[in-house]
Amino acid sequence: MSAAAGSHTTLSVLVENRSGVLARVSGLFARRGFNILSLAVAPSDDERFSRINLVVDVAENSVEQITKQLFKLVNVVKITELHPADSVERELLMLTVAAGAEMRSAVVELVDIFGGKIVDVGSSAITVMLSGEPGALDDFEALMRPYGILELQRTGRVALPRTSKAS
Amino acid sequence: MTKMTGAQALIKSLEMEGVEVVFGLPGGCILPAYDPILDSPIRHILVRHEQGAGHMAEGYAHVTGRPGVAMVTSGPAATNLVTPLCDAYMDSVPMVAITGQVSRPVIGTDGFQECDTVGITRSVTKHNELVMDPDEIPLAVRQAFHLATTGRPGPVLLDVPKDVLQAQVDWSWPSDREVTESLPGYRPTVKGHPRMIKEAARLIASAHRPVIYAGGGILKARAADALRELAERTGIPVVTTLMARGAFPDDHPLCLGMPGMHGNYAAITAMQQADLLVALGTRFDDRVTGNVATFAAGAKVVHVDIDPAELGKIRQPDVPIVGDCRQVVAEIVRALATAELPDLSEWRSRISGWQQQFPLHYDPPRPGDPLKPQYVMEVLRDQAPEGTILASGVGQHQMWASQYWRFTEPCTWVNSGGLGTMGFAVPAAIGAKVGRPERTVWAVDGDGCFQMTAQELVTASSERIPIKVAILNNAYLGMVRQWQEMFYEERYSEVYLSPDLPDYVKWAEAMGCVAFKVEDPSDVEPVIAKANSVDDRPVVIDFRTDSREKVFPMVPAGASNDDVVVHPSQKPTERKVVQ
Repeated sequence: MSAAAGSHTTLSVLVENRSGVLARVSGLFARRGFNILSLAVAPSDDERFSRINLVVDVAENSVEQITKQLFKLVNVVKITELHPADSVERELLMLTVAAGAEMRSAVVELVDIFGGKIVDVGSSAITVMLSGEPGALDDFEALMRPYGILELQRTGRVALPRTSKAS
Repeated sequence: MTKMTGAQALIKSLEMEGVEVVFGLPGGCILPAYDPILDSPIRHILVRHEQGAGHMAEGYAHVTGRPGVAMVTSGPAATNLVTPLCDAYMDSVPMVAITGQVSRPVIGTDGFQECDTVGITRSVTKHNELVMDPDEIPLAVRQAFHLATTGRPGPVLLDVPKDVLQAQVDWSWPSDREVTESLPGYRPTVKGHPRMIKEAARLIASAHRPVIYAGGGILKARAADALRELAERTGIPVVTTLMARGAFPDDHPLCLGMPGMHGNYAAITAMQQADLLVALGTRFDDRVTGNVATFAAGAKVVHVDIDPAELGKIRQPDVPIVGDCRQVVAEIVRALATAELPDLSEWRSRISGWQQQFPLHYDPPRPGDPLKPQYVMEVLRDQAPEGTILASGVGQHQMWASQYWRFTEPCTWVNSGGLGTMGFAVPAAIGAKVGRPERTVWAVDGDGCFQMTAQELVTASSERIPIKVAILNNAYLGMVRQWQEMFYEERYSEVYLSPDLPDYVKWAEAMGCVAFKVEDPSDVEPVIAKANSVDDRPVVIDFRTDSREKVFPMVPAGASNDDVVVHPSQKPTERKVVQ
């Protein structure tokens, strides 16, 4: 899921809010053999445009070529590269973990340590939500695994430039 | 507000864009659009296969520079356009395709003749749109033509549902500004960066073994005159790629002709030995570069292209310049106005040496041998009336056509380079003749290619479009046969077509053409002369050519351009490359 340090970068792509634009972007990546590690998309503050946050693998293809090919899409308006070192990245994770009576307190302890929230409780499982840096989510996932993860969903990263660079 | 149907708005929009001809074939979903055509000054040419309409639109665009327009119905008609769209996409041909679509409520329900046209053609068009709002038709058409003809030209598709064509619309014609504002993500860069241009001029003024590497973009930008000025100012020899033949005249002393996989030895070697490549409107395609790691290893690169994505895609340029070729080349010439330029006569004489040592060559026929295809090309060339336009299919015949013809004018060579579509010749020639009716148009085709799209000769006869077709009939899929001979130990798999099946003369006559069969060398000249004199219907000549002929020179796929395979009778006894 997460790429080796240094071989990924985040592209924040402003696109026209029209049907089919996401298909165009993902189609372009598939066609050119560019690798998408994660993708998050939602309307931006301007209703004419949406923002797609793409974490791309730059081990095989240069970010320059990826960016230039993306710009060829008529619906792509602006692309900002957010290198991990210069941006604030966050992601949200939800998982359902087996937690019968004896295991429950150990699981809850770990959730507290990571600052997560319990959003659903059942007789033999609980559902946890955690938001934070992608690396922390990876660590949490690994720690939950021995207890038995029943369901897992991650949103993909969103990122903004660090404020000192943005001004 | 004028009220009209979406169909009327569509046709009126095409008229407003200056469209003079549409190649098409009606069907259920596009039917509403075919009614207003009866009252329109636009000429509609009814084809016999939608693929033909697409290639005709391409041929028209190749010779006029104006966008070719094809209009077909939904489903199978739209899918029949995929090949021409992909072809236009690969060769940057301006084209607007209009496809019918099922009514809006039916979309997504597997309706009759429904297919996801926008989804299917997404990766083979510069842009496409499903027009869901009838009032948006004029804007959609304006956008389509703007996208097809500006920046890097290409095919644009508009998918129009039937009920949109039938709906009532308030006519309004968007202004230029409204069109630009409706495409916030499209702002092609036309003007080259002044600092880069100065840097390019500096490199040119200090190069001792430069080559101008001119590609199809020169023709798209109408930059032939600027190119000529640059070459003559600097004395730098020019190679013209397969897509650029005619961008620089073949009879100019600085012209080296075609480089690449089947280019001539001097053009290939000059690029390999160059210390500077001035790449103009070209994309370092694998057919030109051969093995990329060893391509022009000692050369710095100035790369001018309107598509920023091409700069650095294959080869990192020393001086990248995004912009329109015509403008940028003119700026470079201006920047060189007072420069002191190096004397290139030693370099040019080295290149002349290669030209003399390895000219294009084929062995003359021995008595009883079939016709040599190269000989047919030479006679066609020497007898062609002034201003003849040559169209070609894909294969050995295409390579011989590009090698042996003498191109002296831009936009007189119509072929499929990037996609390499067999069957391109006949419909593209028809489109070219429609675009330039006053010119003679010859299509050179292979027998394999001819069988793919020959039915469009019915269109040509019916519409009185008198093209001429020379079939270089060697009874084989010639290029494939050549590869099997050279690389698969003469194991000929599925390449034999048979010279007499079909009977090309009978078939052509059945389609309303004048037709001849030529086997004897002494018949070549008189039959071609006869063909050139027929002006009221298409002509087809079945030339029986020698299937053993191979295209030389050749740089096998993946090999280095240092390892050019010349004609066997030209192989030097010792070292291949003469410094």
